[in-house]
Amino acid sequence: MTVSIADWFKETANWVFILLAIPTLLGAWRTVTSNNIVRSVLYLVVSLGGAAAMFLSLGAAFVGWTVVLVYIGAVIILFLIGIMITRAPLGMKAELSHASNVRMPAALLSLSMFVLVAWGLIDAFSNTAIEPFEPTPTSDIANLIFSRFVVPFEVVSIVLLAALIGGIALARRDDGGGA
Amino acid sequence: MTVVQFALVGTALFSLGLYGVITRKNAVLVLASVELMLAAVNINLVAFDVYLQDPLYSGQIFSLFIIALAAAEVGIGIAIILMIYRNRQSADVDELKAMRG
Repeated sequence: MTVSIADWFKETANWVFILLAIPTLLGAWRTVTSNNIVRSVLYLVVSLGGAAAMFLSLGAAFVGWTVVLVYIGAVIILFLIGIMITRAPLGMKAELSHASNVRMPAALLSLSMFVLVAWGLIDAFSNTAIEPFEPTPTSDIANLIFSRFVVPFEVVSIVLLAALIGGIALARRDDGGGA
Repeated sequence: MTVVQFALVGTALFSLGLYGVITRKNAVLVLASVELMLAAVNINLVAFDVYLQDPLYSGQIFSLFIIALAAAEVGIGIAIILMIYRNRQSADVDELKAMRG
């Protein structure tokens, strides 16, 4: 099923999508260009919040709220703690990015990657509509995680335990002697 | 809704994250750019999961695993940055030239 551009703008869900996509992309842009390190991390909240709202608009409520809880709740706090502990240069004129001799090739590289991938995507999926869908029931996700996907789930829990122990071992202050 | 609109937003987010990883000096901001790239991957996974109407919801469950791994990655990353800062009094990635040949 395909949709024409005119039909696309008639659908209310697409206006919601535009309203979500603009802050998501602007937040991402400011995250990678802002000269204030705290603002840069807080713009990341805007971007991830937009992504979470997009998951909600796709009916993936559990993934959306997990992003809010884990990313916006925990990961952003970790970033802010990291900034404060490492005494990163605060203030509006801090030199947080490389000089333009690095920025120009980087912009060229990421722009050409975007154009290449976007061209391929439009070529393959142009106007392919998402059929009307029901919101994903969270109980289905729970049942699948504990039946079909139980082995990866257990592996992830071991990875988290290893990360916990590794984090403690790395960040611990060694008072001379003993490793 | 079309599947390509979500895929394009995901691609744009990934490209911005790539730009940030290359240009940022501070190691914490490099990690933040990596988070942008992971969010882009999650948008793609969920959008194609809804598009394919997968009865196993593989895309959504994979994105949950990615979120868990990203949280672990940030925890370890901040611990490593903290240790580097303790040893060198700096968290700038371009001052870490000890391993350069």
